[in-house]
Amino acid sequence: MPIALAVVEKVSHYNFKTMNKFTEDDLREELKTQEYEYGFYTDIESDTFPKGLNEDIVRAISKKKKEPQWMTDWRLEAFRIWEQMDEPKWANVTYKKPDFQDISYYSAPKSVDPNKTLDDVDEDLLAMYKKLGISIDEQKMMNNIAIDIIVDSVSVATTFKKTLAEKGIIFCPISEAIIEHPELVKKYLGTIVPQRDNFYAALNSAVFTDGSFCYIPKGVKCPMELSTYFRINEGGTGQFERTLLIADEGSYVSYLEGCTAPARDENQLHAAVVELIALDDAEIKYSTVQNWYPGNAEGKGGVFNFVTKRGICHKNSKISWTQVETGSAITWKYPSCILKGDNSIGEFYSIAVTNNYQQADTGTKMIHIGKNTKSTIISKGISAGKSQNSYRGLVQIHSRAENARNFSQCDSLLMGNDCGAHTFPYIEVKNKTAQIEHEATTSKIGEDQIFYCNQRGIDTEKAIALIVNGFSKDVLNNLPMEFAVEAQKLLEISLEGSVG
Amino acid sequence: MLKIVNLHASAEGKTILNGINLEIKAGEVHAIMGPNGSGKSTLAAVIAGKEEYTVEKGKITFEGQDIDELSAEERAHKGIFLSFQYPVEIPGVSVTNFMKTAINETRKAKGLKDMPASEMLKLIREKSELLEIDRKFLSRSLNQGFSGGEKKRNEIFQMALLEPKLAILDETDSGLDIDAIRIVSNGVNKLKNENNAIVIITHYQRLLDYIVPDFVHVMHNGKIVKSGTKELALKLEEKGYDWIKKEVYG
Repeated sequence: MPIALAVVEKVSHYNFKTMNKFTEDDLREELKTQEYEYGFYTDIESDTFPKGLNEDIVRAISKKKKEPQWMTDWRLEAFRIWEQMDEPKWANVTYKKPDFQDISYYSAPKSVDPNKTLDDVDEDLLAMYKKLGISIDEQKMMNNIAIDIIVDSVSVATTFKKTLAEKGIIFCPISEAIIEHPELVKKYLGTIVPQRDNFYAALNSAVFTDGSFCYIPKGVKCPMELSTYFRINEGGTGQFERTLLIADEGSYVSYLEGCTAPARDENQLHAAVVELIALDDAEIKYSTVQNWYPGNAEGKGGVFNFVTKRGICHKNSKISWTQVETGSAITWKYPSCILKGDNSIGEFYSIAVTNNYQQADTGTKMIHIGKNTKSTIISKGISAGKSQNSYRGLVQIHSRAENARNFSQCDSLLMGNDCGAHTFPYIEVKNKTAQIEHEATTSKIGEDQIFYCNQRGIDTEKAIALIVNGFSKDVLNNLPMEFAVEAQKLLEISLEGSVG
Repeated sequence: MLKIVNLHASAEGKTILNGINLEIKAGEVHAIMGPNGSGKSTLAAVIAGKEEYTVEKGKITFEGQDIDELSAEERAHKGIFLSFQYPVEIPGVSVTNFMKTAINETRKAKGLKDMPASEMLKLIREKSELLEIDRKFLSRSLNQGFSGGEKKRNEIFQMALLEPKLAILDETDSGLDIDAIRIVSNGVNKLKNENNAIVIITHYQRLLDYIVPDFVHVMHNGKIVKSGTKELALKLEEKGYDWIKKEVYG
């Protein structure tokens, strides 16, 4: 008897502002209609949707992706490691542990529903799109509504692709890279975040279904901000995204990830892995806006976001992480830099906003191994409602890291009396030439500040936005211009109604 | 313009204003004096609509409208301005950005579009010259690291930009050196016209040498116990408040 297994690809419009709303009902409907228009069938066909994880599922994922044997083996190795591991419990978050056998490790594709119009979309969501200034077409894409002028987007994407190809830049779904550029994937995949790095990284390694691959050749300055935006309709993101970005010697790339539009993804568990490799004299700027569904005001629902992001810096290279985290019920995320090469630089700029019942435990690790390595950490945590916001950071200076320098600044802003801000800085120094600075502040938006703004004609919502944007300025300034404007709006919206 | 009738107000159950009566007409300058704790700043905050105060009794009308139900920002939109005794700091928000927001929010409330950037620039340039404010000052975070004098000058700069109908200056003179007093008063005098009114809350006669009041009121225990002309301020400077207390309470 064949195993009942239908493995179906979920394709969301892979736009940095775009994520799908995908409900259980949609899923059921899709399975009923059997419209697997993307044709991702395995040889084990069935119309039931299987849950759970075992070696067969891992093999099925790999097979469906038409992966070579080495990749299947790599996944299986990860799966076997994962089976032996326990979930990390040290983070300052509490939640009900997901049942890993109750998850489908493949979700159904989103096809355009010809009968659906924007009138069918949740009003709150539409109101939010309006505030964010998202175009009607983008709104439609986000809600899986047919767009008349999609050809334009495709042609735009094609133009960008051509420009990139001329420079020798490879930018494609990772599943494509595994097949088309196995030498690069094989050389770098798992070198920065090994399969056994942590529970979620191991899980991701076993079951990742898509993500991005990017390679910038020697000496090439990528002429545009690379973002998933340009990969519209080409691939899909999912619960287990895997990103691998290699900047060869002397190259430069700025990469944007995420979306400012509210991502009402019904997948509760997200475990992504991002690996960055900056070879000698290269520079990578990686910016993220994370706005997964945070759950409702009572703390029901919401995405668990367990992410492992890490980069390695070779000689004279630089990696800069900038993140704006406003979504998810639980965030567990520490974009880090291994400063292996002499004179390399690591930077981490972060804004984490928590409201209602959200919990975030986020920060960074700066591992100084090379001489004259420098790192900067600017973390801004904003807590409102009944949320808990923790900064957790490690600055580690190895014994051979002569003249290493670090500057850390962790500021927390509290709104109301029921939220919490926590800071867990870890500093380990094994070389006495190191210079380390750590500054931290905690402040509260005061009634006096609000009244002052009110008295100048600025209402309370706007006053909070102003104060929060001022507080976050050092980080917002590091985002690419257009992204910064959107992020700023997003901050305002995330905190709406948080001071009554 | 402003009419206050039998105003009683409290904070956290404690009565602070005890039956204030005051009428201010357009074109007038009023000074409110009185010992510490007499309720001067509370009166200013209540007029401006600070929520932590509860109006127990009485009425405040502004241009004929009862403003009891209006929020602080709505009162501001109507043209009530308070120069704070202790201006608050807002880190990361520049003076320019703050004032741009304030001006545009007020315009929005009146159904007007945002002020065009060129017009805003011109306005800011003009008013900063009036108050002898250095251009560099405008890009600094609001009130952060400002000296006492800079904070007060910035308050009057904001007043100049917003052009209120009624400006209440709460101890604007404290923390100002003699040069700054001259600059600030000069600014206020230039902004003064027959359509607006100014209320000066102060402890000292000094500021009133520069901004000459039409009326002087003395507050004590949450009440205006004596009103007069500018000579009253001179007498207070000379004799203190005790004689008034004696006069009022016997």
